[in-house]
Amino acid sequence: MSSMTQAGLVHEGEQEISYLRAKKGIWSWLYTIDHKRIGVMYLVAVLLAFLLGGVAALLVRAELFTMGKTIMEADTYNRMFTLHGLAMVFLFIIPGIPAALGNFVLPLMLGAKDVAFPRLNLASFWIYCTGMGMALFAIVSGGVDTGWTFYTPYSATVSGPVVMMTMAAFVLGFSSIFTGLNFIVTVHKMRAPGMTWGRLPLFIWAIYATAVIQVMATPVLAITLLLLALERTMGIGIFDPALGGDPVLFQHFFWFYSHPAVYIMILPGMGIMSELITTFSRKTIFGYRAIALSSIAIAVISFLVWGHHMFVSGQSVYAGMVFSFLTFLVAIPSAIKVFNWTATLYKGSIDLRAPMQWALQFLILFTIGGLTGIFLGTMGTDIHLHDTYFVVAHFHYVMVGGTVTAFIGGLHYWWPKMFGRMYNEKLATISSVLFFIGFNVTFFTQFILGSRGMPRRYYNYVEEFQQLHQISTVGTWFIGASFLLMLGYLLASLRTGAKAGANPWGARSLEWATQSPPIEHNFHEIPTVQEGPYEFPTTVDGPAKA
Amino acid sequence: MADTNGSFWLPPQSSTVAAASDSLFDFIYWLNVIFFVGITVATVYFVVRYRRKSDDQLATSKVAHNTVIEAAWTFIPLVLLVVCFAWGFRLFLHQSVAPGDALQIEVRAQQWSWGFAYGNGTQTLNELYVPAGRPVKMLISSKDVLHSFFVPDFRVKADAVPGRYTSVWFEAMEPGEHQIYCTEYCGTSHSGMLGTVKVLPADEFDKMYKQGMWPGQTGAGRDPVEWGAELFTSKTCNACHSVDGTRLVGPSLKGVFGKQEPITGGPAVAVDENYIRESIMDPNAKIVEGYPPAMPSFKGQLTDDQISALIAYIKSLK
Repeated sequence: MSSMTQAGLVHEGEQEISYLRAKKGIWSWLYTIDHKRIGVMYLVAVLLAFLLGGVAALLVRAELFTMGKTIMEADTYNRMFTLHGLAMVFLFIIPGIPAALGNFVLPLMLGAKDVAFPRLNLASFWIYCTGMGMALFAIVSGGVDTGWTFYTPYSATVSGPVVMMTMAAFVLGFSSIFTGLNFIVTVHKMRAPGMTWGRLPLFIWAIYATAVIQVMATPVLAITLLLLALERTMGIGIFDPALGGDPVLFQHFFWFYSHPAVYIMILPGMGIMSELITTFSRKTIFGYRAIALSSIAIAVISFLVWGHHMFVSGQSVYAGMVFSFLTFLVAIPSAIKVFNWTATLYKGSIDLRAPMQWALQFLILFTIGGLTGIFLGTMGTDIHLHDTYFVVAHFHYVMVGGTVTAFIGGLHYWWPKMFGRMYNEKLATISSVLFFIGFNVTFFTQFILGSRGMPRRYYNYVEEFQQLHQISTVGTWFIGASFLLMLGYLLASLRTGAKAGANPWGARSLEWATQSPPIEHNFHEIPTVQEGPYEFPTTVDGPAKA
Repeated sequence: MADTNGSFWLPPQSSTVAAASDSLFDFIYWLNVIFFVGITVATVYFVVRYRRKSDDQLATSKVAHNTVIEAAWTFIPLVLLVVCFAWGFRLFLHQSVAPGDALQIEVRAQQWSWGFAYGNGTQTLNELYVPAGRPVKMLISSKDVLHSFFVPDFRVKADAVPGRYTSVWFEAMEPGEHQIYCTEYCGTSHSGMLGTVKVLPADEFDKMYKQGMWPGQTGAGRDPVEWGAELFTSKTCNACHSVDGTRLVGPSLKGVFGKQEPITGGPAVAVDENYIRESIMDPNAKIVEGYPPAMPSFKGQLTDDQISALIAYIKSLK
C-alpha cells in the first residue's frame, strides 16, 4: 500500500554501506558531489555560525543586565549586536534549512539520485565558506558596528572593515543563488515517475518557493552592497546627500531584498511544519492545495511589501498606504497555514516525541509572532512601535519561534535518517521545555519594553526599564542551556545512540523508503510513486494492512 | 480616557493623538488575544484529546479539505485586517498633517545631541520647550547620519534624514516633562542621544518666547560648578567625554585644565578658558592628537552663561 513497500526498497535485516562510509578520507568529503555529504558539511558550518551568533546574543544580553557598562564598552556592544545580526541572518538562518536539511532530503523526497547540478552544489558550499571566512576576517580585523542593515550614510562614513563585511554578504549571496537555482531545476526535472506536482511533499513546495525568491531577490542585495562598497571607496554619491544622493534610497534597495529574505527564512520552516504535523498525527494534511499555493502566494507578494519597514523614514504617505495594504495581504497565506496545521491535529493520533514538541512550539510562537505583526503593519500604531524592542520581540518570535524551532524540529526528525542513530528522547524533551521557557521569558518581556518606549540597539537605558531587561537576560541563559544540552545529546547519539530503522517515525514520504543512513545513490532503483505523501492508514479505512 | 500614569503596555497619554493611537492599539491587542487563545486552546485540546496511547493507534478521520471552513478562515481574517489597515491609515494621516496654526520648531539632529531652533531666533540643546494645549510642528533634519525623533508619551516618531526635512506634530495636554529618544541607530552614543520635552503653561511659554530666553539658559543664583555638572549630562557632553579618564570618542576631561595638549598638525596648546570655549564653538580648529574630528559645533545652541558654567565644571575636574 505505501510507496516504499511497493518499490521494495528497504531490504530488511541487511544494512548496506551508507553514504557516510562509501568513501574514506577527508578529501572524499571536501570534494564530494553527493548532496547528502554536502548537506552534512553545510549542517556543520551553519551550526558553527549559529554558535557564533548565539554567543554574541548571550553577550549582548549580559551587557544589558545593568544600566551603563556591565561587561563591555559601547563600541564593543555595537559591534556585538551587529555580529549577532549578521551571523544569524546571512550565515545561519538563510542557508540553514535549505542548504543543510534541504540539501540532504530534497533529492530523497523526490526519489532522485542527487540534485540536478551536483558540482554547482559543491561550489555553493565552498562559496559559502569563502563568505564566512571573509566575515570572520572582518570581525577579527576590528569588527563592524553598522547593524546588519548597513544603513547609509552611517555605513558609508564610519571607520572599520565595512567593505570587507559587505563583500562577505555579497559572496554569501552567490551561494544562496546557486542553491536556489539548483533546487528549482531539481524539482522540475528530477521527480521520480508518478511524483506529480500534486504529490510533492509540502516541504518541497516550500523549498521551491524559497528558491524562486533566492534567485530573484538576492541579485538586488548584491547590487546594493556593491554600490555601498563603491560609495565608501570611491565616493560615487548614490546615497550621500552632500553629493546629490539619497540615503533613503539605500533603505529601499536593502529592503527590496531583505523583506523577501524574511520569507527565504520562514518558508522552509513552514515546509518542515507540514511534514512534522502530519507524521506525528498520522494524518493527511488539512488543505494540501491551500498550503502549497499559499507558499507561492507568499513568494510573489513578498516582493511588494518592503516599504513597511519605512513608514517613518520620510517615504511618501501614499507609498506607505500601498505597502501597508499589501502587507496585510501577505499575512493571509501565513494565517491559512496556521489554521491548516491546527486542523490537521483534529482526530489524529498525536505522538509527542521531540520533533513534534518543536512543531507545537512553532505553532504557538509563530502565531504570536504573526499576530504582533499586525501592530507593525498598521501605519498608525507602527509610528509608536517602530525601532523599539516591540519590533525586536516580533521578529524573534517569527525568526526564532518560527524558523529556528522548525529547523531544530527538522533536525531531530531527519537526524536518524542522516546518521542512522536515535538520540536520547528524555534529554531532548528537557531541552525543548528549557527552550520554551527561556524563549518566552526572554522575548515576551521585550514586547512590554518596546510598547512602553524602549528603543532598540541601545547600549544603555533609563532606570524604569532595568527590571524587564534583567528578566529578559535571565531567559537567554535557559535558551543557552537548552542548546548546550542538545549539542551534547546529539553528539553522544552518534556513538551511543540506538540504531535507527529506515522509518522510525512511520512517515510516508520517500526519504523514509531507503535505509538509514541512505546508500550513496539513495535508492537501488528509482521508485515509482502512486499516491500523495501523507496517505496514512486511518480507522476510517478499516484496520491497517501490514 | 487620558491616562497620565501609563498602562501595563503603554506609556502615559500626554498628547492629543495618544488616546486615538492607543484605541487602535487596544483593538489590535484584543484581536491578537482572541486569535491566540483560539489557536492555543484548539491545539492543546487536540493534543490532549487525540494523544497517541498505543503504538498502533491510527487517526480516526481522513478529512483533508472543507471548502466552507477554509473560505471562512480566509475571508474573516481578511476583513479584520482591512479594518486594521483603514483605521491605521486614517490615524497615520491625522498624525502626518499638522493643523495650519501649529507653532513650528526645527529639530537639528547630530551625533549625539538634539538642537532645537525656534521662530524667535533662539536655539536650545537637548531641551525642547513647547506650550501646553497648542499644536506644535517639528521640522526635522540631520547634520550627519540618520537619527529618529521619538517621544513615547506623545506617540510620535520620525526619522531625521540628512538633506531633507521630515515632520511630526503633537499637542501636549499638560505642563510637564517627557523623554526624547533617538530611535535610529547612529553610532557609539546612540543610547546617550537623549533629550527632554519641557511643556510649559501657554502664557509662560508666550512670555519666554517674546523675551527670547528659556529657563535653564541662565544660571542666576546657582553655583556654576554644580550647574556645569548638570549641563555636562543634560547637553550630552558625557556621550563623548568621560570625567574619569576613560577614553571615549573624544578625550577625557579629567584633570585636563591647565595641561599642555598635543594638537594634530600644529603646536601644543595649553588648556585654558579660551581653548575650551573655542572647542565648543569651533571644535575642529585645534584637535587633540589621536582623536577624530568628530565634534559638531554648539555655536548658538549654548548661551554664554552655560559655557561659563561648563568651563567652571571642567576646571573642577582634578
